[in-house]
Amino acid sequence: MREIEFGVIGGGPAGLSAAIEAAKCGVKVAVFDENERPGGQLFKQIHKFFGSREHGAGIRGIDVGTQMLEDAEKHGVEVRLNTAVWGIFDGPKLGISSDQRVSRVSAKKILLATGANENALAFPGWTLPGVMGGGAAQTMINIHRVLPGKRILTVGSGNVGLIVSYQLLQAGAEVVGLVEALPYISGYGVHASKLRKCGVPILTSHTVKEAIGKERVERAVIVKVDENFNPRPRTEKRLTVDTICLAVGLTPMAELAWLAGCEFAYVPELGGHVPVHDDDMQTTLEGVYVAGDLTGIEEAHTAIEEGKVAGIAVAEALGYLTSEKAHELKQKAWGHLDALRKGPFGQKRAEGKVKIKIKERRGDK
Amino acid sequence: MKQGPVAIIECVQEIPCDPCVDSCRQGAITIGEDITQLPQLIEDKCTGCGTCVPGCPGQAIFVVDLNYSKQKALLMIPYEFYPLPKADSKVKALDREGKVVGGAKVLKVMNSKRNDRTPVVSLLVPKELAMKIRHIRF
Repeated sequence: MREIEFGVIGGGPAGLSAAIEAAKCGVKVAVFDENERPGGQLFKQIHKFFGSREHGAGIRGIDVGTQMLEDAEKHGVEVRLNTAVWGIFDGPKLGISSDQRVSRVSAKKILLATGANENALAFPGWTLPGVMGGGAAQTMINIHRVLPGKRILTVGSGNVGLIVSYQLLQAGAEVVGLVEALPYISGYGVHASKLRKCGVPILTSHTVKEAIGKERVERAVIVKVDENFNPRPRTEKRLTVDTICLAVGLTPMAELAWLAGCEFAYVPELGGHVPVHDDDMQTTLEGVYVAGDLTGIEEAHTAIEEGKVAGIAVAEALGYLTSEKAHELKQKAWGHLDALRKGPFGQKRAEGKVKIKIKERRGDK
Repeated sequence: MKQGPVAIIECVQEIPCDPCVDSCRQGAITIGEDITQLPQLIEDKCTGCGTCVPGCPGQAIFVVDLNYSKQKALLMIPYEFYPLPKADSKVKALDREGKVVGGAKVLKVMNSKRNDRTPVVSLLVPKELAMKIRHIRF
């Protein structure tokens, strides 16, 4: 059986960041990703990121991704693509499959950075071709450069719904409207403004009731909802659309963490069931770390910083860093994480994160 | 309002974001210790150069010169759509809700490397619409 020092599952921002950080210290790292390209969701983020200017804010996600891949290569990180990790066994050992072959790899430490899945929304007609996740639409336009449709209805006013709608406009589609069941826009006002100035109506207290069409979506029925999200009678409207983009949240992709036997907590503000972890991002299982959306739905910069913490902690645990140096580096990353979770939008996530902490921060002891 | 061109920052929510501070070479934008604090413009330092316009990831900064001429104001907006408008062309001017409120003349389109693919369009607009117009169509 092949033996590696640090096995990272998932080559998105969290996984790559951890891999780079650990490799910088001399750890031999292998990143496994089931996709044909690394970078997770970074390469379809063509917009300029928010965040702190010290840490890549104002840079487009696609450029953040390119830089991370260059850094990974520079520091000798092995990235294995088209390689699915399907199991975690005591040791820890990874069950992997690639090229239709199944094998096992033994790793001293592993990091689960598996990201998240898009939530679906069930309504009559939701299985018609043309109903798709907002992230799927974003992949089509920004990676494959294919327009999923010409007249779009977006469901959900979180940042994903707002950003994808704007990018659909940039790609040449018409966004007929965006519905949000809450009585307010849940994403950032500046993202909403970019849509509004282009004339896209954002209908709060509205949802999609039905998709109509023979072979594919031809029309959408939207309806006003009350404060309990029940449809208000006689408020239905028919829109001629060929695509309905669902941007109704994400759920941590936690299957491997469940399989491994990590302890979980249910934290709705973080997207559901998430593995609890300590200040090193280590789960209740020795040697199994987590980072990124798997530990609660946030964004790329928080994923990068969490990955950093995990990578540093792994380098420390493997003896590549003194505990003083590791402590200093981790404190820095934690400082960035705290800063990114401030303000009215970050507060809930920050509170949720406290609920899944299993130990005091090492620095606080 | 101060004479000449000046940045107008329409950033009203406390989100974690601060690249505008570095985008300004005059040091006219400050945010403070927490990156979630709202940006403040030091008007005396602002030259209205417009480098902050593409520097804001939220596209929430514009430049307005209300004293450009007797009737016209100058307005700089970020514009991330293709095709780009041509200098000297007439375009429809849209307000924050996407409604056509008048016309505008394109003075120039700035799209240097520093813009990082967020072109900035300079427009001549009727003075009374300078604080309404935020987008164009043509």
